[in-house]
Amino acid sequence: MTVLSPTPAAPRAAGAVRRLAGALHRRPRVRLAALLTAPLLWLVLAYLGSLAALFLSAFWTTDSFTSEVVRVWSGQNFQELVSSPVYRTVALRTVGVALAVTVLCALIAFPLAFYTARVASPRRRPLLVVAILTPLWASYLVKVYAWRLILSEGGPLDWALRPLGLSGPGYGLTATVMVLTYLWLPYMILPLHTALEQLPDNLLHASADLGARAGRTFRSVVLPMVWPAVAAGSVFTFSLSLGDYITVQIVGGKTQLLGNLVYSNVTLNLPLAAALGTVPVAVIVLYLLAVRRTGALRSL
Amino acid sequence: MNLSRPARIALRTAAGLGFAVIYLPLLLVLVGSLNPDRSASWPPPGLTLDWWAAAWANEGAREALWTSVRAGGAATAIALVLGTLIAFAVQRHRFFGREAVSFAVVLPIALPGIVTGIALNSAFGTVLAPLGVGLGLFTVIVGHATFCIVVVFNNVTARLRRLPGSYEEAAMDLGAHTFRTFRDVTFPLLRSALLAGGLLAFALSFDEVVVTTFTAGPGVRTLPLWIFDNMTRPQQAPVVNVVAALLVLLSVIPIYAAQRLSSDTAGGGRV
Repeated sequence: MTVLSPTPAAPRAAGAVRRLAGALHRRPRVRLAALLTAPLLWLVLAYLGSLAALFLSAFWTTDSFTSEVVRVWSGQNFQELVSSPVYRTVALRTVGVALAVTVLCALIAFPLAFYTARVASPRRRPLLVVAILTPLWASYLVKVYAWRLILSEGGPLDWALRPLGLSGPGYGLTATVMVLTYLWLPYMILPLHTALEQLPDNLLHASADLGARAGRTFRSVVLPMVWPAVAAGSVFTFSLSLGDYITVQIVGGKTQLLGNLVYSNVTLNLPLAAALGTVPVAVIVLYLLAVRRTGALRSL
Repeated sequence: MNLSRPARIALRTAAGLGFAVIYLPLLLVLVGSLNPDRSASWPPPGLTLDWWAAAWANEGAREALWTSVRAGGAATAIALVLGTLIAFAVQRHRFFGREAVSFAVVLPIALPGIVTGIALNSAFGTVLAPLGVGLGLFTVIVGHATFCIVVVFNNVTARLRRLPGSYEEAAMDLGAHTFRTFRDVTFPLLRSALLAGGLLAFALSFDEVVVTTFTAGPGVRTLPLWIFDNMTRPQQAPVVNVVAALLVLLSVIPIYAAQRLSSDTAGGGRV
């Protein structure tokens, strides 16, 4: 900026700011570019670029002696993925765990959300929501750690079940499903609570006037109207379960999920890890496409 | 909906059980940090604050806390600037690729953390390493900021959507230029949304394990990484309990504050 007039510095700067503001105001395109340049550069350089490079490297291979990446185009990793029974089993198990967690989350979240949205007195509702969600957003690792203690041999769960002649499930697949359900519960409770709260009272009254009992109203009015919310919540519970490997490492015992396979291949065979990583991403994209038909994504 | 008495009682019971399941594990961590027994036996034989003192004296844990605070602070600052810029662009302008931009912001938390982690790890390795920049606190901050942007973006977008444009137009009519309007009118209206977004971004960064695992160099350990490293070491069990309890308190407070600050936003976690 070259301002040659001999005015004092402060008003001169203020004038420059004013001129710049005017110029930006007259040119919305320039203003938009000024807003977008820095964040887009960041996202493209730091994130999208590395992501693209990773998926590109899924088509490379590794030298089996030196573990060096060989940059020759080949579909070998994907061939291995499809043909190896180990990978197929793990992929199916992972999808199964994700589905089980999603169903469990919906089953547990529904009565809770129904209570906070429609049964509790209206004055206490917002407080109850905070009371439910705040602890659930506590540290991920600490929650898994807490469950590791609960499920440990001779731990609190065994101690509580002993009088009944039972014992806890210990570390393994069951423990993994339990802990993942606990972890992702808020993602199901929140959309369900919102949907149930917005359910118009007159619809429920109309249903009762027409002679429907609570059960029938629930099936024919409530469920169809909150279904998109369940679908929206399931996007998170499902996709977060697909990628998890930390919980599995901590409470899963010998259980292997896709995340663990990716993790264990990162240092030895990055192209294979990248190819394995495309599996959850592809499943999530397919799931999103399926869920989009319910109209749930618009309410995300 | 006219619920029968038994149905009401059943729902109340189910909700009560749900509350119990939500709170018990966290209470257990708090009680565990007061358990005088080194092996964390159950039920605890008594209560003591000794381990809290021991944890405070623990060099590794203290350093990890400081690293977490620095990483979270820097990532939050970057996310506040970039997230607000994108929110203004998407909310106040109509342009080609607008949907794609909002999608690109959400992508870092929509994809599994491990995919983001190894992508950043190999990119840093190939691009930054030849320039002499190894993995360290800087790369952790870059990784965290990338997925923190979305929280700020969500909060600011929600607020901008509810703000009538007439305040700004009035300011402009009275002769205020763009920057003046932002400083005197728009920013004060956005302040609580920015504070909520910042708190959530900090909490998100403070809690992150997976991306941190892949972007932290040797010697850079955040609090979650420290817990993860020491979780299976019996020798460290009491101190891990204290750090875990501290992390519950430290992460719940900003989330609670953010929820109270902005009734118009979804809240924390990875949403």
